[in-house]
Amino acid sequence: MFMRSTAALAALFLVSTAPLAQAAEKPTDPQIAHIAYTAGTIDVEAAKLAIKTSKNKEVVDFAKDMERDHEAVNKQALDLVKKLKVTPEDNDTSKALTKAAKEERAKLAKLKGADFDKAYIENEVAYHKQVNGALETLLIPSASNAELKSLLETGLKIFQGHEQHAEHVAGMLK
Amino acid sequence: MRPLLLAPTLALALIASSPALAATIEVTIDKLVFSPVSVQAKVGDTIEWTNKDVIAHTATVKGGWDVMIPAKSTGKVTLKAAGAVDYFCRFHPNMKGHVAVVP
Repeated sequence: MFMRSTAALAALFLVSTAPLAQAAEKPTDPQIAHIAYTAGTIDVEAAKLAIKTSKNKEVVDFAKDMERDHEAVNKQALDLVKKLKVTPEDNDTSKALTKAAKEERAKLAKLKGADFDKAYIENEVAYHKQVNGALETLLIPSASNAELKSLLETGLKIFQGHEQHAEHVAGMLK
Repeated sequence: MRPLLLAPTLALALIASSPALAATIEVTIDKLVFSPVSVQAKVGDTIEWTNKDVIAHTATVKGGWDVMIPAKSTGKVTLKAAGAVDYFCRFHPNMKGHVAVVP
């Protein structure tokens, strides 16, 4: 699944690095809002599984931080789309993310103890890295509404923090 | 007459014996940035962080103080030792600040 999620995001990057002639493929604001919200929901779901499964305090604390932060950011995103009267629009990227995440959760659900902790945290590092890459190269540059762009930019800073935090926890598990 | 004289004397003695008034230094957190990023303080001063973000942060010194700063709230620490320290947020280690504490 890891490979799949990488593939989904690799596809995202391909779109992003494509020449400007393909600007028509840039996601619209309603699609961007949907992708960002979906990406957040995925990490909340993974966090819930970790809180339920892990016995490691560092891992559980990290998962609680993820749940709290991503829920807060998603709430902000919902408030913003309501204010802007934008209806988030499902799209292939959101669908690919959701499918990949479902497979990752199924894989994680079979693991226990240290194996689970390691797999969860390693996926958190990789997942945040990929989402941050997509935010930087595709979603933020494509956003046309200034408030949406600003929310994505703050989100990027938060998720870059998560990436470093996850790397720190991964280092402690070694 | 005597108590009247004593009162101002006592008050004076109290002021004289207490060190310079401790100050509160305000630091704001907005969009994951400590502002000002670097502050100067004296031992006994308090630093108070005001968090404008919708997510919680911490101000943490490795091997030192660890202040929780909930979302849309404040957190504070009273500085007990002189020295310069770097602090960061445990939840978002990309957030960094600095405090120079003089005796």
